[in-house]
Amino acid sequence: MTHEIYAFLRGPMVWISLTVFLGGSVYRLASMWRLAKKKDAVIFHYISVFYSLRSLLHWVSPFGSLNMRKNPAMTVIAFIFHVCLIATPVFLSAHVILVKESWDISWWWMPDHMADLLTVIVIGCCLFFAGRRIKRPDVRYLTSVSDYLILAAIAAPFITGLWAYHQWPAFSAMMLLHMASAEILLMMIPFTRLNHMLFFPFTRGYMGSEFGAVKNAKDW
Amino acid sequence: MTKHSVTDVIGIPDEGIDKGAEKLTPEKITRVIRKLLDEEGGARLKVYMETCVHCGLCSEACHFYLSNDNDPKFAPAGKVKQTLEHIIKKKGKVSVAFMKRACEVAFTECNLCRRCSMYCPFGIDIAYLMLFVRRICHRLGMVPQYIQDTAHSHSATMNQMWVKEDEWIDTLQWQEDEARDEIPDLRIPLEKPGADVFYSVIGPEPKFRAQLIYQAAVIMHAAGVDWTMPATPGWDNSDMCMYTGDQEMVARLKKVHFEAAMRLKTKRIVMGECGHAFRSVYDVGNRLLGWKMPPLRLMHALEFYYELFRDKKLTVKQKYEVPVTLHDPCNVVRGGGLHEMARHVIGETCTEFIELHPNREHNYCCSAGGGVINCGPPYAKKRVIGNRVKAEQLAAAKAKGAKTIIAPCHNCHGGLEDIVKYYELDMEIKFLGDIIYECIDKGQPED
Ligand code: HEM
Ligand code: SF4
Ligand code: SF4
Repeated sequence: MTHEIYAFLRGPMVWISLTVFLGGSVYRLASMWRLAKKKDAVIFHYISVFYSLRSLLHWVSPFGSLNMRKNPAMTVIAFIFHVCLIATPVFLSAHVILVKESWDISWWWMPDHMADLLTVIVIGCCLFFAGRRIKRPDVRYLTSVSDYLILAAIAAPFITGLWAYHQWPAFSAMMLLHMASAEILLMMIPFTRLNHMLFFPFTRGYMGSEFGAVKNAKDW
Repeated sequence: MTKHSVTDVIGIPDEGIDKGAEKLTPEKITRVIRKLLDEEGGARLKVYMETCVHCGLCSEACHFYLSNDNDPKFAPAGKVKQTLEHIIKKKGKVSVAFMKRACEVAFTECNLCRRCSMYCPFGIDIAYLMLFVRRICHRLGMVPQYIQDTAHSHSATMNQMWVKEDEWIDTLQWQEDEARDEIPDLRIPLEKPGADVFYSVIGPEPKFRAQLIYQAAVIMHAAGVDWTMPATPGWDNSDMCMYTGDQEMVARLKKVHFEAAMRLKTKRIVMGECGHAFRSVYDVGNRLLGWKMPPLRLMHALEFYYELFRDKKLTVKQKYEVPVTLHDPCNVVRGGGLHEMARHVIGETCTEFIELHPNREHNYCCSAGGGVINCGPPYAKKRVIGNRVKAEQLAAAKAKGAKTIIAPCHNCHGGLEDIVKYYELDMEIKFLGDIIYECIDKGQPED
C-alpha cells in the first residue's frame, strides 16, 4: 500500500501538480489579460516597459524603497525567505538527482548541510510571519484563517523534508507527506494569494508606469 | 494634545448617508453592487483584491492610521477589509448598516492620496479601491450631504459653488476694478480669442477667495502674459463629482472646461493653485473623455510660476523674509511631480526655507483631500484628529524656525488651517501666489 502511494506521488502526481501549477498560472494570467482587454483596456495604454522596470528594479532590490528601509527586520526576513523558499527545492541535491534520473538533465546543487540550513530558515521565517500576524494588531486585523493555512502549507514540505532526510521516527511516512504537501503547495500557487508571484510584475509595473509616465513621480 | 472620544470619529450622523440608507433594502444593494461589479469591476479590481497578501506593510503610510494610535481600522488594507473585501466575498449580499459604514470609510477615512501605493510592495492602488466603494455609494444614493451638494451644483451650474453666470463676470470685473487702484492699466481679459494662456480657477475662488483672482491678475500683468478667462461655464476647473463617484458628471465637467479653452483658441490652460482640480483635469477627466493625456497643454500654477521665474519674466523686489516651509500637495507632487519646481520658486522669492520631513512624494496628505473636507463640518474634528502626524511634522519645522507654511493647493490650505488651529501651532498658511504677489515688482506707477 505504502509503495503504491509512493509510486503515485512520485509518478503521476508530479505530472498532475506541475500541470496544474504551470497550466493554472498560464490560465490565470491569460484570463486576466482577456478581462483587462475587455474591461480595463486603458491599462494597455498607460503601461510603460521602461517605468515598469524602473519601479520593479527598486522593489526587488533589498532596501530599494523607503518602506523597506523603515522596516529593516521585515525586509531582511522577507528577502531571505523568498530566496530560500525557491532556492532550496531547486538546488537540493536529492531533487537534482531525481530530475537527472528521469530526464537526464542536471544543474548545480548545494551541499546537504547548506540545504538543511536554508530549510530551517524557511521554517523559521514562516514562524516569524505567523508571530507577526498574531502580534501586530494591524496585521492581525487583516489576517483570516486562510493566511495561516497558507503559511502552514508552505512550512509543511520543508518540515517533512527535513524530517525524512534526517530519518527521524516514521520517516518513510514523512517522505510521503513531504511529496504530497509539496505537490499541493505547487498547485495552490495560481489559485490562492500565492498568485502574488504571478501578478507582482504587473501590479507593481502598472503603478510604476502611472507614477513614472503620467505623474512624473517615484513610487518607492 | 486635546482628548477626544470614539464618537467624534466613527458613526457620525450625516443626512446624506442616513436618508439615503432609509430608502435602501438589502435586495436593492445586492442588485446595484452586482450590476456595478459586472459592468465596471475589471481586471484591476480583481488582481488587487486577490494579490494583497495581508502583510500590513501599507499601514504606516496612512496618516489616519498613524494619527489614530495605529488603530487597524484605519490601515489602508483595513479599509479594504471593511468594505470591498466583504462586498466581494458576499457577492453584494450586504446589509444596509454595513453599507453605511462602508460609505463612511470610503468618504471620510481615506483621502485617496495614494501614499500607501508607495508603501505596498505590490503597488496596490487603495485609492482606486476606495473610489470603487464611493462609486457603489453613489449608485446607491448614499453620499455625505455636503459633498453631494457640491456635486449637485456641478451638474446644475457646471461650477462647484452655485455661482451664476453673471455673478462670475461681476466678480472678475470687481476684482479688475480693485486691482486698477493699484495698477491702473491692469486688465482681466474676458473671452480674448487666441490668447496664450487660458486661466481657470476653482468655484470657491470667486465665491470666497476673490482676492486670489486679483493676485493672479497682478502676476499675469507683471509678467506680461497674454491671458484670458472665459465668460461662460467652463471657467471652473474643480470637480467634486470625481470624489462622489459620479464619473458621468466628471466627463461632462471636463468637456465643458476643455471646450471653453478650445473655443477661445488658447494655446494652453493654466490652473490656479489647486490640487484636486489638477488631478481631475490632468489625470482623470481626460481619461473619461477618451484622451490619454489632456488634449491641450496644461499647467498647474506651480509649473507656470516656475516658468515665469526661469524665463525671468518676473523680478523680485523684496524677498519674503519670514522663514517658510512647504507642504507638498499629493495631487500635484505624487500626482504631478512638481515638487522641484515649487522649491525653485521658493528659492527665488524667500530668504529662508525649512523642509518638512517627510517631504516631496513622501509628504503626508493634509487630510482634507479626496473630498474629505468637502464632506463638511460633521467630519471636521475627525479630519484633524486623523492627522495628528501632520501637526507633529509641522511642529518639527516650526521648532527649526519655520513660521509660514506654503500650501499650493486649496484643499491643503483648508485642511492645514484646521490643523494649525486645533493643535495650536500658530503658523501662517499661504499660497505660493500670495508670496509671489508680495515680493515681485508689480509695475505700479511711481507716485
Ligand atoms: C517569485 C516571485 C515572488 C515574489 C516577487 C514575491 C513577492 C512577495 C512580496 C513583495 C511579499 C510582500 C511582503 C513581504 O515582502 O514579505 C510577499 C509575501 C509573501 N510571499 Fe511571496 N513572492 C514570490 C513568490 C512566493 C512564493 C512562490 C511563495 C510561496 C509558495 C511566497 C510566499 C509568500 C508569503 C507566505 C508571503 C506573506 C508573508 C506574510 O505572511 O506576511 N511568495 N511575497
Ligand atoms: S488616506 Fe492615503 S494613505 Fe490612507 S488609505 Fe487613503 S490613499 Fe492610502
Ligand atoms: S501592503 Fe499591499 S499587500 Fe500588504 S496588506 Fe497592504 S495592500 Fe495588502
